[in-house]
Amino acid sequence: METAAEQIPLEHFLFAAGVLFSIGVYGVLSRRNAVLILMSVELMLNAVAVNFVAFAVYTDGALFRGLIFAVFVIIIAAAEVGLALGIILRVFRNRATANVDEVSQLKW
Amino acid sequence: MTVANLVFYLIAMLAIVAALGVVTVPNVVHAALFLILSLLAVAGFYILLSNEFLAIAQVLIYAGAVATIIIFGLMLTRGTDLPTVSVGGQWPLALLASGAFGGAVAAAVIDSTWPRDVGEVTLVSISDLGAVLFKDWLLPFEIVSVVLLVALIGAIMISTQEGEA
Repeated sequence: METAAEQIPLEHFLFAAGVLFSIGVYGVLSRRNAVLILMSVELMLNAVAVNFVAFAVYTDGALFRGLIFAVFVIIIAAAEVGLALGIILRVFRNRATANVDEVSQLKW
Repeated sequence: MTVANLVFYLIAMLAIVAALGVVTVPNVVHAALFLILSLLAVAGFYILLSNEFLAIAQVLIYAGAVATIIIFGLMLTRGTDLPTVSVGGQWPLALLASGAFGGAVAAAVIDSTWPRDVGEVTLVSISDLGAVLFKDWLLPFEIVSVVLLVALIGAIMISTQEGEA
C-alpha cells in the first residue's frame, strides 16, 4: 500500500508552503495592527515548518533532522507569541494603541 | 488523479484561502478564526506527510495555545483603532514585494531538480522520533526548554507594571 506522501510530488508541498509564506509577507507589510502582524508572522513560521517536514520526509531518510527542526520551530513560535504579546500589551498600556505606525520614535 | 492528490489539493486550497482571509478581512476576530483554520489545514499537511506527532503538536500548540493567546491579545488591546485600521496605505507595495518573493520561490522550485524517487519515503513512528529527539538532540532540546521558560518569565515581567503583583 502506497503512502500518501509517495503519491504527491515534493514540489506540491514546496509550492503550497511558498504561497503561504508570501501571504504572510503581504500580511506583515500591509497590516498596521501589531496583533495582526503577529498572526501573519505565525503564517510564515508555519510555511517554513511545512518545508522542513517535506524535505525531511522526501530526502532525509531515517535521520529526522527536518522533523526535529520543525519541532523546534513550533516551540520557538510559542515562546515568540508569548513574548510579543507581552510587549504589545505594554505598548498598549503606555500609548493606548496597537497601531505600529503610532509607535515610531526609533524610526529615523 | 489519486485520492491522496485530491485530499492534498483540498487541504492546500483551504490553507491558502484561510491565510488570505487572515491578511485581508477587516474584522480582527474573523482574522484570528481564519488563522486557526489555516493552522488546522497545515496539520492536515503533516498527516499527509505521515507525521502524526507533528500534526498533534500543531493542533495542540498552534491551533490551541497560540490561537488562544492571540485572541486574548486582541481582547486586551481593543482600542479605538481596531475596527477601522486593518490595512495600511502601503498595501500595493506589500503586494508587489510578496508577489515578487512568491514568484522567486516558484521559479526556484520549478528550476531545481528534486528527488523523484518517491519509493524512498520513510514512515516516521512517534517512538523513533522520540528516540532521536532524546538521544541525538538532547542538548538542543534542553536549551530550547530553558529558552521557553526565559521567554515566558520575560513576557510576565514585561507585561506587568511596576508596583503590581
